[in-house]
Amino acid sequence: MQTDKTPPAAMLIGCAAGFSGDRVDAAAPVVQALVALQQPAFLIFETLAERTLALAQLARRDDPEAGYEPLLVELLRPVLADCLAHRIRIVSNFGAANPQGAARAIAALARSLGLRAPRIAVVQGDDLSGPAHRPMLAQALGAQMPEQPLVSANAYIGARPIAEALQAGADIVVCGRVADPSLVLGPAMAHFGWAWDDWDRLARATMAGHLLECGTQVSGGYFADPGYKEVPGMDRLGYPIAEIDDSGNCSIFKPEGTGGCITTATVKEQLLYEIHDPCCYLTPDVVADISQAQVRAEGENRVRLEGVIGHPRPEALKVNTCYASGWFAEAEISYAGPRAAERARLAAQTVAQRLEGIAPLRSDLIGVTSVWGNDASDWLAGADLSAASQDVRLRMAWQHADKATAARLPREINALYCCGPAGGGGVRSHMRQRLGMVSCLVPQALITTGFTWAAQEEAAA
Amino acid sequence: MTDSITTPLYRLAHGRTGDKGNRSNISVIAWHPALWEVICEQVSEAAVAALFADRQPSRVQRYLLPQLQAMNLVLDEVLDGGVNDALNLDSHGKTLCFRVLQMPIALPLHLQAHLVGPADAEPPSTLE
Repeated sequence: MQTDKTPPAAMLIGCAAGFSGDRVDAAAPVVQALVALQQPAFLIFETLAERTLALAQLARRDDPEAGYEPLLVELLRPVLADCLAHRIRIVSNFGAANPQGAARAIAALARSLGLRAPRIAVVQGDDLSGPAHRPMLAQALGAQMPEQPLVSANAYIGARPIAEALQAGADIVVCGRVADPSLVLGPAMAHFGWAWDDWDRLARATMAGHLLECGTQVSGGYFADPGYKEVPGMDRLGYPIAEIDDSGNCSIFKPEGTGGCITTATVKEQLLYEIHDPCCYLTPDVVADISQAQVRAEGENRVRLEGVIGHPRPEALKVNTCYASGWFAEAEISYAGPRAAERARLAAQTVAQRLEGIAPLRSDLIGVTSVWGNDASDWLAGADLSAASQDVRLRMAWQHADKATAARLPREINALYCCGPAGGGGVRSHMRQRLGMVSCLVPQALITTGFTWAAQEEAAA
Repeated sequence: MTDSITTPLYRLAHGRTGDKGNRSNISVIAWHPALWEVICEQVSEAAVAALFADRQPSRVQRYLLPQLQAMNLVLDEVLDGGVNDALNLDSHGKTLCFRVLQMPIALPLHLQAHLVGPADAEPPSTLE
C-alpha cells in the first residue's frame, strides 16, 4: 500500500489455470513474461468448479492428506523457484477441501527443490461442512435441506482474507472456496489499498478477475470455429495476464510467442460467460455492473476493459451444499454400415424393455443426435433414420439411489454383445457416485473468514 | 422479401454458453456494429423460446448490451437439473450456443459485406 499522492504503479496478474484439469505447462510462459516486465506481479490458479469441492471431500475421506487439487505439485513445480525469487505472489483456490494439506505439499515441494521456505497463508471460513454449522444451514436451506448426509458445504467467500494475507507478507495464499474473481480482487486490494466500499474500483478489478478466471477462455481457448473463427497455435495457447491500474480498469494480454489470440471478440465472449443480468453480477465483494462496459483493442493481442461500475456488496453469501444422491451409470455400443441407426434403435428398445419401470432412461444416438435433446426426449423412437450416418454409437444413461440397481444398465448394454441386434461392438461403460447440490444464502455476518500461517514445523515433518 | 437473403446467425454473430445449476446463459455478439439491429430484431426472446421449446425453459430473458453489440440470453430450468442431475452427455449444456447460432436470419442485402466466413456451409440437419 502507498500513502503518498502518486497513484500506485499498475500491477500485473497472470492466470495459469482456469479449471481443475487445465494444462499443467501453462504457468511457465506467464511467469517468464511477469519476470521480464518487472512490475509488481501476482499469479493465480483457478481450479474449483461447482462440484469440485464435493469430489475433493470424497477424496479426503479416503485419504486424510488428499482433498486438494490433485495436480497441485505439477502446476507449481515449474514456476515456484522463479515466483519466490522475483516476488511473484501466488493466490489460488487449489486448497479445495484441504487447504492445510495443500500448504504442506507446497512446503515439501519448495524443500525438495532446495528453495527457501515460502510464507504460506491458508484462508479459512468457507468450509461449513462441520456439525457446528448444521443448524445455520438447516435454517438457510429450509425445505431444501437434503435428507442424505452432506458431503460438502462451502460459502463463496470474498477477497478480504486474501488481501490481508498478502499485506501480512504471504508469498502464497492457499484458499478453498472463494469466489473466482476474488482471487484477483484480493491482490488488487493488497496492492492498491483501496477502501472496501470503493465500489467502482472493486467492480472493475472483479471483472478483471472474471476475464482471467477461466484461463485461455479469454485468449483464444474455447473460441475456434474453422472458417469462421481462426485461432493460431491452439497447441500452445498463451494464458492471460491483466494489467490493472489504480482506476481498477484493466488491459488483457498474453506472453509473447505463445499461441491463441486476444481480440475484442474473445474478451466479449468471456465477459458475458456465466453472467446473468449484466447490471448485477453478484460476488461476495461487490455487485459488478457491466451494462455500460466497453472493450477496445489497444494493440495486437491486447484489449482494454473500461466502464464497469459497482454497487454495494450483497448482504448474504452463496453457499453450495452437496450430498451423495445415488449412482449414475452410462454405457455405449457402436453400430456401423447398412441400417446402423435402425439396429442401434432396436438395441435401445431392447434395453428399455428389459429395464422398464425402474428409472427414467435416456437414449442417444451419437452421430445423429446426442446432446441437444432433453432427458425425457423420445425422438429416437419416431425419428426417420433413413438418412442417418452409417456409423453411430448408442449411448444410454440413468441414475438410481441403489448402486447395484444402477449397475443393471451397463450389464444390459454389455449383454447386447450376444443378445442384441447384429454387428454391435465396442461396449464401454462408466459408473460414478452422483452428487446432488442445493444452494442457499447465508448472511455475511454469520460467516467468519480469515487466514492462518501454515506451520513451518508441521511442513517439515 | 426480395431484398434480403437467409443466412445462419453464425455469419452475423458469435457466442458462448455458460451454466449455473439448471440455468443456461448464451451470449450472442455481433461481428460488426451494422449487424446489431438485425440481430436484435430477430433473435428475440420469443424466437429463442421457440427454438428451445422441446427443453421447456420456464423463462427466457434477453439482456441487451448495445455498446458491446452483444446480448445475453438466460434460459431458466433448461438443463434437466444441470451438471448434478442431468443424464445428458453434455450436462452443462455447453453445446447449446450453436443451436442459437444456426438460427436462420433474414438479412437485408446491403449488409452482406459484413458477414463472416463462407456461405456454403452445410444447412442445419434435423431429424425430428
